[in-house]
Parts: sequence; structure tokens; C-alpha cells
Amino acid sequence: MEKHSIIIYIIATVIVTNLIRIVPVTLIRKRINNQYIRSFLYYVPYVTLAVMTFPAIIDATDSPLAGALAFAIGIIGAWYGLGLIWEALLCCVIVLLTGTLL
Amino acid sequence: MAGQTSVKIPGHVPRPFLNGMRDGIPIGLGYFAVAFSLGIIARKAGLTSYEGFVCSLFTRASAGEYGAYSLIAINATLLELTLMCVITNLRYLLMGASLTQKFNPDTPLWKRILTACCITDEIFGISIAYKGYLAPSYTYGAMLVAGVLWASGTAAGIIAGGTLPASLVSALGVALYGMFLAIVIPPSRKDANVLMAVSASFILSWLCSVLPPLSHIDSGTRTIILTIAISAVIAWLRPVSTKPKAFGHIQIVKNDNTDGKA
Repeated sequence: MEKHSIIIYIIATVIVTNLIRIVPVTLIRKRINNQYIRSFLYYVPYVTLAVMTFPAIIDATDSPLAGALAFAIGIIGAWYGLGLIWEALLCCVIVLLTGTLL
Repeated sequence: MAGQTSVKIPGHVPRPFLNGMRDGIPIGLGYFAVAFSLGIIARKAGLTSYEGFVCSLFTRASAGEYGAYSLIAINATLLELTLMCVITNLRYLLMGASLTQKFNPDTPLWKRILTACCITDEIFGISIAYKGYLAPSYTYGAMLVAGVLWASGTAAGIIAGGTLPASLVSALGVALYGMFLAIVIPPSRKDANVLMAVSASFILSWLCSVLPPLSHIDSGTRTIILTIAISAVIAWLRPVSTKPKAFGHIQIVKNDNTDGKA
């Protein structure tokens, strides 16, 4: 691919990605009082992150077993309060160890 | 107290920007690792480290960038690229809508827009967890640190990606998911409704990835359909109580997340 077109693709990626972020805050400026919509928006972040995590984590590594172990042990770690970076590290180490041991 | 220097911390002056930068550090370190693996893909697409740095700094979208670089690598059209960016990033639309309820009503539009541009899964997570109304500078601070590390990771991946052993690259692939777990699990422990939502998401997401017809569509679109459907049903089954004070329920989440991060 030619150089100038890569730059156009990068510009398009940047513009589209940020427009999606900007649209809702520009349109919704007031507090929503409808209980149903508030509840919906309350659950959205947890649901979307959970949906993206599983089963994708299983396919994210060379071995499905390593991914499954990272998922299971990762849940236990997070349940007992491991923070963001330690969770990320824990999951990586599990995959590395599984790969080494098997 | 005797013999110790008592440092006078200036009252309860909130320092949202500095706090944001502090909270951005662990996120950014995780980002660096994840972005490194993204850089390996960007390298295949023909991006230089400089281009990767700039694109990552101004985009900060893991799935979106992954999709974009994969398309650039196969010479796809601009239309395909645009569609891919819309679909893989559509969750930011929902997160942005969720974020609007977290602003002080007096927040000017330009600050809302700037804050919205900072949204990533994790930055959104900690912004929603901010106690009370969100101070936009908290989000800016977190984004500044995390965004620069994200961009640096991409550049590093482009430069050094080819030299890393395959086992390490494979292990780095789960870093992002580990961070996601750290965001959704602690609130699930404290709030049975969130636990129900998260469990349902895991189960249905898995079912839909193996059962047709949903298994035939790409994972980005599936994420959007499932997010809307599951949130809609749980919101109907377990509505969140609307207290007279703004964000009663979201403050509860804040406490959970702070505990989780310690």
C-alpha cells in the first residue's frame, strides 16, 4: 500500500473513532430521570466488558487451556481485590506457565 | 507523632488531575503490554513506528485499531475501514451515553467533548467509579498517562515486535482481558445485580459464539447486540433505585472499585 494512503487511513480511523465518542455527550446534556434508561446505562459498561472478555480470552492465546485457566484464576484474583495491572500480569503469567509446563 | 515531620497536606483540596494521572499509571502499564502486541499487527500493515504512535495516541481503541490495521494490511477500501471503526467502537457510543449522567449539570460542552474523547474501556471504568460528579480533569490526567503509554507500546511493538518469542506474544494477548476482569468482578462481589448481569453476559456470550445464527456474525457486532439485549433485560428485571441525590447507585460502585484497586 502506498504511503499517502496509509496516512489517509490513519486519519479516517482517528476521526471516526472520536466522532463515536463525541456524539452521545453532544446530544444528551441533561440528567435522565427515567428509571429504566438509567438502569440500562448503569449495566451497559459491565455487560459490554464481560461480553468482550469471554469467550474471547480462550482464543487469545496459542492454547485454549491456557486461556481458560487465565480466565478462571483471573476471576478469583479480581474477586479478592487484585487491581488492574496485577490482574493483567497474573493472566499473562498463567499463560506463560501453562505454555512452559505443557 | 513526636520526632516525626508532620507533612501538612493542604486540607481536602481535591486534585483530580493528579489523581487521574496516578490512576492512569497501572492502566498505562497494562496498555503498554497490550499495545505492544497491537504494534506487531501494525507493523504487518506497513505502519512506521511514528505513524503507529500518532494513530494510537489519537485513537486509543484496542479492538478498533486491531480491526483498522488488519484492514490496512489487506488493502481494504476506506468504506470498509469506516464501517469497521464504527462497529468495533460502537460500545463507546453506549459508554458515552452512560457518561453523560456522571457530569455535573454545569459542565460546559467543550469539557464534555474532551472527556468523551478520552473514553477507553478502562478510562471509562475509573471515570464512572469517580466519587460523585465526574471532574473532567481526572479523566484528562488518566488519559494523558495511559494514552502516551498506549502509543509508546504500539511504537515499541512496531520496532521490536519481530524479535519477541512467540510464547511471550501469546501471553501478552490476555493482558487486556485481565484488566477487564479487574473492572467487572469487584463490583459483582458487592452488588448482586451486577453479578447477575456479568454472569449472564459470560454465559450468553459463550452460547452465542457457538450457536448459529449469532455465531456467524463478527464478534464486534455480536458484542453490540448482546450488550443492548442483556442490559435491557437486566434493567427491566432489576431496576436501579433512583435516589433523590444524583448518582446514588454509581457512588456505591465507586466504593467497590476503590477497594478493588487499593
